[in-house]
Amino acid sequence: MSALTKLTLKAAIDGLKSKAFSAVEITKAHIDAIEAARGLNAFVLETPDQALTMAKASDERLARGEGGDLEGAPLGIKDLFCTQGVRSTAASKILGNFIPTYESTVTSKLWGQGAVMLGKLNLDEFAMGSSNETSAFGPVINPWRRAGETTALTPGGSSGGSAAATAADLCLAATATDTGGSIRQPAAFTGTVGIKPTYGRCSRWGIVAFASSLDQAGPIAKTVEDAAIMLRAMSGHDAKDSTSLPVDVPDFASFVGRSVKGLRIGVPKEYRVDGMPPEIEKLWADGIAWLKDAGCDIVEVSLPHTKYALPAYYIVAPAEASSNLARYDGMRYGLRAGGPSLTDVYEQSRAQGFGEEVKRRILIGTYVLSAGYYDAYYLKAQKVRRRIADDFDQAWQTCDALLTPTAPSAAFGLGERSDDPIAMYLNDIFTVTTNLAGLPGLSLPAGLDAQGLPLGLQLIGRALDEGTLFSLAGALEKAAGFTAKADKWW
Amino acid sequence: MAIDAATVRKVAKLARLREPEERLASLAQELNGIMSWIEQLSEVDTDGVEPMTSVVAVKLPLREDVVTEGGDASRVLSNAPKAIDGFFVVPKVVE
Repeated sequence: MSALTKLTLKAAIDGLKSKAFSAVEITKAHIDAIEAARGLNAFVLETPDQALTMAKASDERLARGEGGDLEGAPLGIKDLFCTQGVRSTAASKILGNFIPTYESTVTSKLWGQGAVMLGKLNLDEFAMGSSNETSAFGPVINPWRRAGETTALTPGGSSGGSAAATAADLCLAATATDTGGSIRQPAAFTGTVGIKPTYGRCSRWGIVAFASSLDQAGPIAKTVEDAAIMLRAMSGHDAKDSTSLPVDVPDFASFVGRSVKGLRIGVPKEYRVDGMPPEIEKLWADGIAWLKDAGCDIVEVSLPHTKYALPAYYIVAPAEASSNLARYDGMRYGLRAGGPSLTDVYEQSRAQGFGEEVKRRILIGTYVLSAGYYDAYYLKAQKVRRRIADDFDQAWQTCDALLTPTAPSAAFGLGERSDDPIAMYLNDIFTVTTNLAGLPGLSLPAGLDAQGLPLGLQLIGRALDEGTLFSLAGALEKAAGFTAKADKWW
Repeated sequence: MAIDAATVRKVAKLARLREPEERLASLAQELNGIMSWIEQLSEVDTDGVEPMTSVVAVKLPLREDVVTEGGDASRVLSNAPKAIDGFFVVPKVVE
């Protein structure tokens, strides 16, 4: 029944409702696909027994004519979401064999709509990375390869497992999180659709914290409509997250297919960076032409502080991370090492439990927050952050959404950029601005480069205006006609 | 201002991260590279700009000060590296 894994989420939900196949059948098909794809290293924990139990319960509900919006649909869960009774690691050794006694709000909403959990997906340690290489479980391998080559490529990061598993048809869709681009860059690298919604749309409760003022959950899916269905199920106010927005959740899927005639699309000139491959320039021009054909008005806009977004991010995010990760002290859960003194246990547990990139960011964060440097770095970065948000407010005077490339390159080889932290950080140059401003950003696949690798376009919208992004993404998806899949080698 | 090995030692201590003495110089070099790239923020005129602490414009909500969940020590302790009789066991804190 391998054909069942090729379905979109929408087609699967419809097929389950009409009883063309059962939840157990489609779940088994995915379990088999996951077993056959262990070479991709996308899952850090497979939960086939739990998946089949959930699928059976779904079939019973479907048989009674009941069921939620995702009834019987097998999904993958990024291992940053705490799942009750199921090991949750953030791909870090410091969490060890941590088994939460609670369920994250986002995943509990998905189970409430009848979704089935296939397992936990690999990621960069604590979501800190753009290539999946910082995972304590080793990197995920991108299902895509350059034409005629066998070089192992990164699926991007930090949600590399979510992107690779969705691209390789190991799950119908996956949860992911995005602090500086961790949903959109992996989506672009794997030919999938990913959306980071407005900050506050999805509850952060039960998601392992990285940088609390930037972290947002969102889906990675096969199509724009699938992403819309997932986002609706994941969103909603939650009293357990004080930054969760008390606003209604629209039926995002109803925006897909709507006319985009008359919408004004801003093209920010600062996103034309030196050294951008000509294919990405061309794809961007194609995107502009497609939206013009669909009746949009194209306007050039300026976001003058764009180049300062990444340096500001690399103060704000490590500062918040150093504070959030202070909880890993070897006392209440996770790894405990060293001794006998208390300080020795703290220092050894953290030295042995955290990987190099996480330590680097904790050190930067501690440094910029330390006495005498707070104003020069952290306060300065918060002021620059305001400037960046103001740039967007200015842009919204003349346009309704922005169109940009998602990432400055296609997927690169594992190991190619791991020696230079700043070269790695530059992956997020087009995505990080929306995290700083709290705005929604969506990436969709729009073409292939000369080596046959997928490239993504990004749409950025006003706060809480994901609906417009879904309409525009629907129009672009139709015009681009992107149907390519990675050739199965795994 | 350049970060030297002594600064890394101090910051690592603040962060409770044991870094071996022989790593300090290379870490200082790495952090200097990142911090000097970050220095470009000084080009931005931020006079009179209100620092942005949150992208959510709403006031943080308050709830009633009542117990919502609790009374389940076994759940709280279920992941403890060491626990005895309903308590976490930690290294000696006071000599």
